[in-house]
Amino acid sequence: MLPRRIATWRCVCSSCGVADSSLLTNAMSLVWIVALPFAGSVLAAFLPSHARNVAVWLAGTVAGTCVALTVQLYPQIAQGEVVRAVWPWIPALGLNLTIRMDGFAWLFAMLVSVMGALVILYARYYMAPQDPVPRFFAFFLAFMGAMLGIVLSGNLIQLVVFWELTSLTSFMLIAYWYQRADARRGARMALTITAAGGLCLLAGMVILGQIVGSYDLDIVLASGDLIRADVWYLPALVLISLGALTKSAQFPFHFWLPHAMAAPTPVSVYLHSATMVKAGVFLLVRFWPVLAGTEAWFWIIGTAGLVTLVLGAYAAMFQRDMKGVLAYSTISHLGLITLLLGLNSSLALIAAIFHIMNHATFKASLFMAAGMVDHETGTRDLTRLSGLYRTMPITTALAMVAAASMAGVPLLNGFLSKEMFFAETVFVSGNLITRIGLPILAVVWGIFSVAYSLRFILQVFFGPQAKGLPRKPHEPPLWMLLPSALLVMACLVVGIFPAQTMGPFLNIAAQSVLGAYMPSYSLAVWHGLNLPLVMSLAAMVVGTALYLALGKYRRGGAVVPLISHFDGKRIFEFMVGRLEALADWLMRWCTTERLQTQLLLLIFAVFLVALVPLRGGLPPGNMAGLPLHPAFALMWLVGGACAIGAANQAKYHRLAALSLMGAAGLATAMTFVWFSAPDLALTQLIVEVVTLVLILLGLRWLPPRYAWIDDGLRSFRTRVRARTRRLRDLVLASIAGAGLAALSYAVLTRRAGEGISSFFIENSVPLGGGSNVINVILVDFRGFDTLGEITVLGIVALTVFALLRRFRPAPESMELPPQQRDPNVQAGGAANPDAPLPAGAMMLPAVLVQLLLPVAGMVSVFFLLRGHNEPGGGFVGGLVMATAIILQYLVGGTAWAESRTRIYPQYWIGFGLLCAAGAGLSAWVVSRPFLSALAWHGTLPVIGELHLSTVLLFDLGVYFLVIGATVLILVALAHQSVRAHRKAAVQTRPGAAVEREAVLEGRGAAVEGPGGKES
Amino acid sequence: MEIVYALAIGVLTGSGVWLLLRPRTFQVIIGLSLLSYAINLFIFGMGRLTIGVAPIITTLEPDPSLFDDPVPQALVLTAIVIGFATTALFLVVLLASRGLTGTDHVDGKDEDEDEDEGEEPRA
Repeated sequence: MLPRRIATWRCVCSSCGVADSSLLTNAMSLVWIVALPFAGSVLAAFLPSHARNVAVWLAGTVAGTCVALTVQLYPQIAQGEVVRAVWPWIPALGLNLTIRMDGFAWLFAMLVSVMGALVILYARYYMAPQDPVPRFFAFFLAFMGAMLGIVLSGNLIQLVVFWELTSLTSFMLIAYWYQRADARRGARMALTITAAGGLCLLAGMVILGQIVGSYDLDIVLASGDLIRADVWYLPALVLISLGALTKSAQFPFHFWLPHAMAAPTPVSVYLHSATMVKAGVFLLVRFWPVLAGTEAWFWIIGTAGLVTLVLGAYAAMFQRDMKGVLAYSTISHLGLITLLLGLNSSLALIAAIFHIMNHATFKASLFMAAGMVDHETGTRDLTRLSGLYRTMPITTALAMVAAASMAGVPLLNGFLSKEMFFAETVFVSGNLITRIGLPILAVVWGIFSVAYSLRFILQVFFGPQAKGLPRKPHEPPLWMLLPSALLVMACLVVGIFPAQTMGPFLNIAAQSVLGAYMPSYSLAVWHGLNLPLVMSLAAMVVGTALYLALGKYRRGGAVVPLISHFDGKRIFEFMVGRLEALADWLMRWCTTERLQTQLLLLIFAVFLVALVPLRGGLPPGNMAGLPLHPAFALMWLVGGACAIGAANQAKYHRLAALSLMGAAGLATAMTFVWFSAPDLALTQLIVEVVTLVLILLGLRWLPPRYAWIDDGLRSFRTRVRARTRRLRDLVLASIAGAGLAALSYAVLTRRAGEGISSFFIENSVPLGGGSNVINVILVDFRGFDTLGEITVLGIVALTVFALLRRFRPAPESMELPPQQRDPNVQAGGAANPDAPLPAGAMMLPAVLVQLLLPVAGMVSVFFLLRGHNEPGGGFVGGLVMATAIILQYLVGGTAWAESRTRIYPQYWIGFGLLCAAGAGLSAWVVSRPFLSALAWHGTLPVIGELHLSTVLLFDLGVYFLVIGATVLILVALAHQSVRAHRKAAVQTRPGAAVEREAVLEGRGAAVEGPGGKES
Repeated sequence: MEIVYALAIGVLTGSGVWLLLRPRTFQVIIGLSLLSYAINLFIFGMGRLTIGVAPIITTLEPDPSLFDDPVPQALVLTAIVIGFATTALFLVVLLASRGLTGTDHVDGKDEDEDEDEGEEPRA
């Protein structure tokens, strides 16, 4: 087939730069057309679920307004103008948000909004009172907005965004009755297919945009020759076709559509016959000027359309479900439109646009009829339904006219576009096979269409009266019939007076796509006795005969003859199943649930990676080291021994291991002091204390473990295996340690490269206004990092708190530890919250600790304030304060400490974050970037010289957050002792209220875990 | 000094890694702490070892070569605090796991006595 020269339409656009008031209002109407449905959707989502009529009025008003706004734009559109509204979106990428309406978009917008309005009215009567109707309309309106967004997009990427939005909203609408398994499965299938197609479309659009150099639709549409000549044309075509074919349910992706029929019928009417499935063919029409006209286009689009056309019509003849017949018929008619578009002829394009409209009217009306039958009889099963014309005469009449249109009976709109289609197949150029095969297949399609249309009507509405229907059938309410009646009226009027009714609209739509290459055509019912008419007549006669010959299939069987083995759904689910099996298999082979194995592999991998740069060996260092100080060596002799001791003791002697670990930490802190890092040393020291307290609090809840019991239980074989494993781990640990030691030594004996450090030292005072470089980096230069870090700290504290609220200790740890049961340690009224001091053994420490609190508070503020210039800062200050508070708990017990002061660490965390973020935001007041420091330096009368900076506020935030987080973590953990005992006491000894007070004191004693006894 | 410093890092790392590979949660938490000492020292060491030159500016036009490198210090300072937070989180998770599963094994389930401490990687 030879490609005809395709019209490349250069837009004669009324530039939106013109400050014409009427243009401005037009642009505003465009915005409203897209924005209103989304706004309505949000509103509907907030309605209570029984607000049925409010939701309907809302949705109806929105749809009606969209219709009115679109109609009002007609005068401009009719003159061939293109109305636009443009905003910059990502200017760096040349992306603008463009809403753009030409003749074709206008026609589609009318289709979407008018159909929307009719379906909303229909849905009012279709949905049951117990259905949550506002949810339905929320998604319905969102879908409508997305659909209008596709139609009116003037930018390729924006179009894809709306495209995917229709997939998502359609998913929600199909799964509206989510309690039904078929609805969920159908929704998942539809989403998988259409969203995957959408991703292909995105890739195709990106290629298209790259070929043209712009994502603007007008520019792309004007670049047809450039695109078709590009080497990337074929990939773009394939990807865009995948998007369009999946959306329009074309072979081989057609199978999702029948399963989407699990949706409520209004959804099927709107999405699956009138609009969403039309998005695919809309796209093909939209890009027809730039993509069509090649062999590849003909073969890809034409073949998909032809196969779908015949296959869909064939399958429709054997469906048992009324909606199933209509779904396959829809697939077939969409195939017809696709085939027309694939023919590379401008007349066929016009026929396609015409058929999009015609199909929407008769198919929506038929779906509504199917819904009404379902609604009034309780079933859509063709094997059960029969003779409904007696009880539902109006429905029958409407359905008959619509079905006749579907079958292509003259004087109805379906006939006209079908004739145009037959004419196109007859006049197609090309080789013998296409020239003869195409008309024959078209007639075959016509025969099938007549047969299934006849079967649909005769089975349901005629024949003997059906017995045993779930409900006694009667005519639906008139308001429910109205939308269907209007659509049937349209079928008739357009079918009889096509040129007067549909003519002008079709003209401007085709004109906007074809531009100067608009062919002449005539819309008339009677074109004389020609070949297409003969084909139509033949199809009708043979189709009726086929219906009669269907025999046992007429009532509807379970399977479709010949093609039932090629069930798309089965293939899809088989593939999903295989995918899951593959994932399982991969998980089994590549992962393990065992932490030890994971860590082993991880450490080994890290070791190998670290080894790679050292393949070629390492030259000796170029920097003389510091002279060895014996005290330092001695300190690490002890420190190293402690580390090894901790490793050795951690299984059976937890307290000892913890203490040894603390000693190693102390050696680390000392090392920081030694090598010019006072801030680190301070922080490390206090964190060491807090960590120790933390883990001590946790020891209480760990199970007792004794070496002699474990050893006694082991068999010889187990012991040998355990030894082997330990040996392996020992080797790995040794080489890891040796490796890191070697690496450290290698670095330490080399001169440092030129880094960014000198910047911080040079600019700390002039730019940061502080002489402690570490603190200036933390709160000023890298303040954003610190803000993130303290946020993490706050989140961790809250997580710990939340986790502990549902903490359930193991039953054997609920008992009071023996130390607390010892009357000497219980110390009488130690936990009496009203006593000024805890009595007994804890009295003296309590006095000291109480005295310590104000001192510690002062020290912490001192650290906070001096931090900018001397070692200290918010972190250190906060930790000091937190330690002082914890000491009160340790010595006095929870109840005693909390009866004295209100401790709300959560508020402190919040306050700290607000302070830090507020300090950051304050920079915006003077139009500086977030977290820029603002400083004020001046002299006050009495106080003297004063330097104030938002940096201090930031550090104050750090200070409060650190106190809050630390205290929250520790107190939450400590409270578990109280809670668990209280629970145990209530469970075992209901009257043990006296004991409870003693138990409250158990805070301090809780540190004596099982490990304590063994140490 | 450098050799002692490097050996200290090595010993801390070795002890930490050994404990990480043990089956009991308490061993792992101690191991993580030891390993974090080692890593903090290692990062701090990237600024090289200097004595008596804390990065606290005393002159108007400071000479960067006369001060210790502040960047590793700033990094390590936040690492220490975050290290505390993660230790706390891990501790609470291990306690909750012990309460829920009744065991302090890292996998939340004790193997049969035969498999105690079993840590064979699957082939």
